Amino acid sequence: MSITTQDSVLIPSAEAAAERGPSQRGMEIATAVVLMAAGGIGMMDSLRIGAGWGTDGPQSGYFPFWLGAILALASLGNLVVALRDHRRGARGPRFATWGQLALVAQVFVPTAIYVAVIPLAGIYVSSAVLVAYFMRRFGEFRMVTSMLSGAAAALVSFVIFEIWFLVALPKGPLETALGY
Amino acid sequence: MEEIQLLGHGFAVALQWENVLLMVAGIVLGVLIGVLPGLGGANGIAILLPLTFTLPPVSAIILLSCIYWGALFGGAITSILFNIPGEPWSVATTFDGYPMAQQGKAGEALTAAFTSSFVGAFVAVVMITFLAPLVAQFALQFGPPEFFAVMFLSFACFIGLARGSPLKALAAMMFGFLLAGVGMDGVTGQLRMTFGSMELMRGIDFLVVVIGLFGLSEIFQSIEEGLRFKGARARITLGTVLRTWAELPRHWALFIRSSLIGCWMGITPAGATPASFMSYGVARRMAKDKDSFGRGRMEGVVAPETAAHAAGTSALLPMLSLGVPGSPTAAVLLGGLIMWGLQPGPMLFVEQKDFVWGLIASMYLGNIVGLIIVLAAVPWFAAILRVPFSIIAAIILMVCAIGAYTVNSAEFDVVLMLIFGVIGYVMKKLDYPLAPLVLALVLGDRTEESFRQSLLLSEGSLAVFFSNWLVGGIMTLGLVMLFYPTLSKLWAPRMQPA
Repeated sequence: MSITTQDSVLIPSAEAAAERGPSQRGMEIATAVVLMAAGGIGMMDSLRIGAGWGTDGPQSGYFPFWLGAILALASLGNLVVALRDHRRGARGPRFATWGQLALVAQVFVPTAIYVAVIPLAGIYVSSAVLVAYFMRRFGEFRMVTSMLSGAAAALVSFVIFEIWFLVALPKGPLETALGY
Repeated sequence: MEEIQLLGHGFAVALQWENVLLMVAGIVLGVLIGVLPGLGGANGIAILLPLTFTLPPVSAIILLSCIYWGALFGGAITSILFNIPGEPWSVATTFDGYPMAQQGKAGEALTAAFTSSFVGAFVAVVMITFLAPLVAQFALQFGPPEFFAVMFLSFACFIGLARGSPLKALAAMMFGFLLAGVGMDGVTGQLRMTFGSMELMRGIDFLVVVIGLFGLSEIFQSIEEGLRFKGARARITLGTVLRTWAELPRHWALFIRSSLIGCWMGITPAGATPASFMSYGVARRMAKDKDSFGRGRMEGVVAPETAAHAAGTSALLPMLSLGVPGSPTAAVLLGGLIMWGLQPGPMLFVEQKDFVWGLIASMYLGNIVGLIIVLAAVPWFAAILRVPFSIIAAIILMVCAIGAYTVNSAEFDVVLMLIFGVIGYVMKKLDYPLAPLVLALVLGDRTEESFRQSLLLSEGSLAVFFSNWLVGGIMTLGLVMLFYPTLSKLWAPRMQPA
């Protein structure tokens, strides 16, 4: 029983990328503003449905109104903290480098496409393509290996979910053609 | 000693062969989940929860809680061998665990970690066995104001004990509460914050949020860090185990201290992660040669692992006895109880004896089974990390999508999962804590319900929360916890020696 030492580089390191990127401070400000807006929206919608005391007790908006208010206030506090942070510009800390964000985008974009395609092609075909794409793109596997692995992953999940657990997952034209 | 008898009955339930099988399956799955990046206790359980509807509740909770124990064990493997904490609570284990592995003592480090985990969990389970029924008994006299006060207290603890900015913890929590409010108001049938969307009428399911926040965001983060796995050599032979076990009793005081820290941090919803750091810090501070910590000390592995497991386990105490979970994973389990049609809270101990005691008995058994499995199968679990990340990442994304879909059979939920993946990624990078968000989302409805019922009782007066010594006491304690950071700042200058 032993594990051999092995250095395996799994995906390209971000070290080579330039050290520039969006600032931590900017992201803090943006997040605080978004959360403040969320609190505001919650308050407005609660006022619309009534945030006071009705004939039968507290109205539906009562509880969410105050939650929205606390969220807006706490975010205002976070905003002030971020604005008073003077480590701005090029000297301030980065949220992430552009190189890192590019790496994240390389995963996020295919995932977003995958999610968008599920209603059209069904989850099994989309998953097979996703697995094959990742293996080919990031793992540099051969095309045939990637495609076969993708198909295998889809087939295994089909057996587990549709046959064992009897959970119906989104299906597309291919499954319909096969009689499912 | 009624507990002993009930526990014996629980063992009879847990030892049914199908439950034992589920236990083993749960532990193995859990260790896998703990080892893989992008899957953790909370979202692993969230993904599997919809698949457990066909099981009886007690079998379902045994399976899911064993996944939790497995994930707690699994985190240590990657920390020690690869210097990658598989779970946030095993970060502190890397400090001394990885240096030990580099010195060729990986087997000793792993044995110490697993054994400490076991000890921590065992202490916590014993505590649950005897304390939980008492707490539940006490809580039977709670009315809506008291329940609201208990929830207020646990949310206040989050803010007061937050490791980062209390304002960020507060914002995350309120965001979670607002998300819980989306959909139909259970009392009046009024639609809230749906903005005319049919999809939002169903509400935002916490399982979908958990899968996005903890699963997808972790994949994004792992990619960003440019994952590079450097494995250490590990050999666990019977000799290593016995040699390490012979050495461990020397650290008995450390075990007791770390277990206590863990139990305390688990019951108050601070959770396993701060418990492991605190325990490591205390062990280091109390050691004679502080400088040897971080270079491969056995104590540096024992302290965080004992505390993390004790905290992770005792987080189930308030979940079972009060219906207030102590950690995100416990919150997901609580969501499971509701979905299986059980009403969490003190009545569980009265009405669902089989369920409660079957679960408690399975905690004893599950941890013993877990210890044996991880000691025997470490090399295989570690080998998983040598599967290229390109394959693992795609498969985890697929599993997350399937998990999100199965919650309500809704394609919109998969989109929500993706959105929360991005939200989780940004929040983690900006140090917004995710745990309060999840707890608020799970408890939102019940908190609001008890709040509204209390106000109905008092006809709108907030004085109801201070109307008797019990509710007033809990509320006051909550306020103290809430302003703890401010209070401790006020006191600190006076307490420093002149």
